[in-house]
Amino acid sequence: MRRYFPLMATFAVLIVLFGTASAMYDRFFTARVVANLFSDNAFLGITAIGMTFVILSGGIDLSVGAVLAFTMTFVASMVTEHSWHPVPAISLALALGVALGGGMGFLIQRYDLPPFLVTLGGMFFARGMAFLVSAESITIDHEFYTALQDIKIVVGPKAWLKAVALVFLSLLFGAVSLAHWTPFGRNIYALGGNESSARLMGLPVARTKIQVYALNGFCSALAGVVATIYMGSGNPAMGVGLELDAIACVVIGGTLLTGGVGYVAGTLGGVLIFGTIQSALIFDGRLNSWWLRIAIGVLLLIFILMQRQLSRMSAPTKN
Amino acid sequence: MKQDDPFSTKSAFGGLTLAGLMALAVGCGGGSDAPTPSSSGDGSASTPSGSSLTVGFAQVGAESSWRTAETESIKAEAEKRGVNLKFSDAQGKQENQLKAVNGFIAQGVDAIILAPVVETGWEQVLKEAKDAEIPVVLVDRGLKVSDDSLYATLIASDFVAEGRMAGEWLAEKSGGKASIIELQGTPGAAPAIDRKKGFEEAIKAHEGMKIIASQSGDFRRSGGKEVTEALLKVHGDKVTAIYAHNDDMALGAIQAIEEAGKKPGTDILVVSIDGVKGAFEAMVKGTLNCSVECSPLLGPLAFDAVEKAVAGETLPKKTIVDDQVYDQSKAAEAIDSRKY
Repeated sequence: MRRYFPLMATFAVLIVLFGTASAMYDRFFTARVVANLFSDNAFLGITAIGMTFVILSGGIDLSVGAVLAFTMTFVASMVTEHSWHPVPAISLALALGVALGGGMGFLIQRYDLPPFLVTLGGMFFARGMAFLVSAESITIDHEFYTALQDIKIVVGPKAWLKAVALVFLSLLFGAVSLAHWTPFGRNIYALGGNESSARLMGLPVARTKIQVYALNGFCSALAGVVATIYMGSGNPAMGVGLELDAIACVVIGGTLLTGGVGYVAGTLGGVLIFGTIQSALIFDGRLNSWWLRIAIGVLLLIFILMQRQLSRMSAPTKN
Repeated sequence: MKQDDPFSTKSAFGGLTLAGLMALAVGCGGGSDAPTPSSSGDGSASTPSGSSLTVGFAQVGAESSWRTAETESIKAEAEKRGVNLKFSDAQGKQENQLKAVNGFIAQGVDAIILAPVVETGWEQVLKEAKDAEIPVVLVDRGLKVSDDSLYATLIASDFVAEGRMAGEWLAEKSGGKASIIELQGTPGAAPAIDRKKGFEEAIKAHEGMKIIASQSGDFRRSGGKEVTEALLKVHGDKVTAIYAHNDDMALGAIQAIEEAGKKPGTDILVVSIDGVKGAFEAMVKGTLNCSVECSPLLGPLAFDAVEKAVAGETLPKKTIVDDQVYDQSKAAEAIDSRKY
């Protein structure tokens, strides 16, 4: 029961926030606002899911926002300036994301380097590459994109889930299955819980570590693809600081920053909390938008403190 | 004992979380409880708020004094006309602006004023606004869409003309001879593209005028300073003029020139665009040579357009703001009347 406590706390916070906003603002408690939460935060959500795996494994990845921007400009440039069909452009972009993530994972694993520094390097590299591909935002005008953008599932009056939200939700279900019902998922939890025990148990520590970063590279690139669908363009300046928002969502979602403990479902809660606060501020229209940062900061501190208390409590019971 | 322990701590956490939320709620309440008479119960009913309009304003951010002046002008005009203004500061990020516009649509505002941070990537969100029959008035920067019925009108200065005026002024002042460093704005932003274009057009006629280096200072004072520092190190005494896409970068460049041991305004001519108060002060001091005005006081024009668009009138696609050139000779008498 206790291990579910952070998860329950996350969703309790979400419900209270959403309830408060619904009481305060006209038209907040509508299907449209909920559907917008999933569409507008799809790429944040996708990077946060990837980040959940990295943090569960005991690592961190600062490159995600930059990889998203690189993917966006790469796809936009290939489609618009080099007349590629979007499908091969997207496929290649995803492969590049996996390669970059896997490469960073390899460096971290093989040379025992701190993930913080390796992925910081990855961040600068990918951001630089994004601006190298194009210093300006590029429009994507292609039938395939128009078709994707027209996909919508109606979920209420004037409310629909668009392709980007559907990708996010599909990835979410995939990620939950991956985390809880596959050997790969179990290896990640074991690795994050205690790396040397995992090694002694004969688990494939090296392979899992590299795979985690490759998976996150995939998620970052997928987030970039989703962002191109969301906006119909590739902007090299997108996603600055996105990695920090993603980390905040993961921690507010109840995942322990030191690894080994947490749930992908909690991350969804974290993302929705983030989106709800932002929407409420837009609905209010009088408050300074920096309240979002302040609120996220306060929540982050509360959750870290809570986790510290929980892990203190659980330490003696293990013996 | 073991059973009891976690329980008590648990409730302590409940308390903590709650306290945090209370703090947040108080934070929110403090700003909004005073003038909000519009929360009228359940959200199902569509509420055209009778006489007064509700307008959402998706602003880029507060990155320069120019933009702050624009925000103030729009806020002041909204108050004057009794418009219920929803203001959102995107902190310089397009993703935040998109969310703001989507939020305004969900809220059912009567009109949206948008100052787009970059030119592309708006097609989707503008279609949503059009489907919801909410007119969008663009201010200060244009955008690229396949169908220009997606917005009502653009209220802006002609950036190309501004760049041209800056170039012509410099050509006259320097006698058609100059080695110029160009400080560009944010890559991809319309003013950066157009001011570059206009300036290049103006100096093309003069063989002695060359841009020897052109880099982005991101419209920031710190950016202008850093880029100038670096470029002065590379090009040294060759540089005779600096052209900045906005005043803030020029003010940063002036600092960098002084630190390099030269006299800005004399050894190196400095020309920029926007005409903010700080630029006028620098012109009076003699460190800045010329600033082409780009008025941010768009409030009155913007709400005229909003009112017409809401009333169903068709507007011209572009409304151009009339801008002037100010140099040191005119700066002193004009400085007191400047509002931004």
